[in-house]
Amino acid sequence: MTKRQNRMALVAMLVLGISLAGYFALKAFNDNLLYFFTPTDVVEGRAPIGKSFRMGGLVESDSVVRDGMKVSFTLTDTANSMQVDYVGILPDLFREGQGIVATGSLSQDVFVASEVLAKHDENYMPPEVADALEKAKQSK
Amino acid sequence: MWKWIQRQASPKVFYQTCTKLTPWFLLPFIVLGAIGLYWALVVSPADYQQGDGYRIIYIHVPSAIMSMTVYGVMAIAGGIGLIWQIKMAEVVAKVSAPIGAAFTIIALATGAIWGKPMWGTWWVWDARLTSELILLFLYLAYMSLNNAFDNPRTAAKASSILAIVGLVNLPIIHYSVKWWNTLHQGYTVGTGGLKDPDMGIALGIMFLVFVLLYAALVTIKAKTEVLTREQNSRWVKDLVTGERS
Repeated sequence: MTKRQNRMALVAMLVLGISLAGYFALKAFNDNLLYFFTPTDVVEGRAPIGKSFRMGGLVESDSVVRDGMKVSFTLTDTANSMQVDYVGILPDLFREGQGIVATGSLSQDVFVASEVLAKHDENYMPPEVADALEKAKQSK
Repeated sequence: MWKWIQRQASPKVFYQTCTKLTPWFLLPFIVLGAIGLYWALVVSPADYQQGDGYRIIYIHVPSAIMSMTVYGVMAIAGGIGLIWQIKMAEVVAKVSAPIGAAFTIIALATGAIWGKPMWGTWWVWDARLTSELILLFLYLAYMSLNNAFDNPRTAAKASSILAIVGLVNLPIIHYSVKWWNTLHQGYTVGTGGLKDPDMGIALGIMFLVFVLLYAALVTIKAKTEVLTREQNSRWVKDLVTGERS
């Protein structure tokens, strides 16, 4: 083996070793890397109930009830849903049908949130396109 | 072929190539930059939810893509320097680091500025944001390691190994939004997330602008680096004293 091939093999082994180490590290920490749990996770007991955690999903249509600073709404991942109570300022993008992530804890089947963040989706469009899409959805 | 590469990689020829290439990157950068900004800020329509606030993606997305691309270039150039002992590859790797770090900072800063009004927070520790922050730390570590040695060859060797180790972070950044639940949205580019053609054109031009900026900066900075490294060689002395070489 020439010196150059030797170095090539060393670099290749470095890349391989690091990828393997990275793969196993990510596999081990997989659960900790989830930013939020879905209502289904909560119902099926995969969420750390009893501690503070984050729950993400869509705000169900016609479920938002406002009373001053107090807001209560239903968070859904279409399979399961859960009531969320929150007191405070909501982000600009909060609206019905919008994805959000709430931080808080469960108390008697109600998720009491201390923070609500809006989650934006990957779509950007002018209002006309949004209207057209909405119409197409309704006519279906 | 191998002879040609070796000739191109000699400091003097490399310096001359950089001198020739710089205006070819710099001028299109300025022209396309003006067109791209016009397309991004005037031609492309406002978003149905975010209004004009979404326009920050025309800076955020290209700089985020470039922050990863530049890291890849840096690690590969470093690897070429390690394996084939090409000094000019080491130069490219070294001068790429601060540029890539700047792109990373721009991506993080524009993301935070957008996140405050849209998400309701400047920063969250989700997988995408955290891995991008780690990318910034990798750049900083690369730069400090590279500056810790007096001998540029030793510096290049040590820092190139670090750069190659850090490569593992790139797929993590890219796939973070797919592998885990994150607050950061999923892929817009490549999934038809931009519903208006003008939005796509504006983002495409802005991406090209960032590539040209990187290329222009590399050729300019590489020249300085070559001169510093080769300061004792004959051709640099001739160049500085203004004699014909």
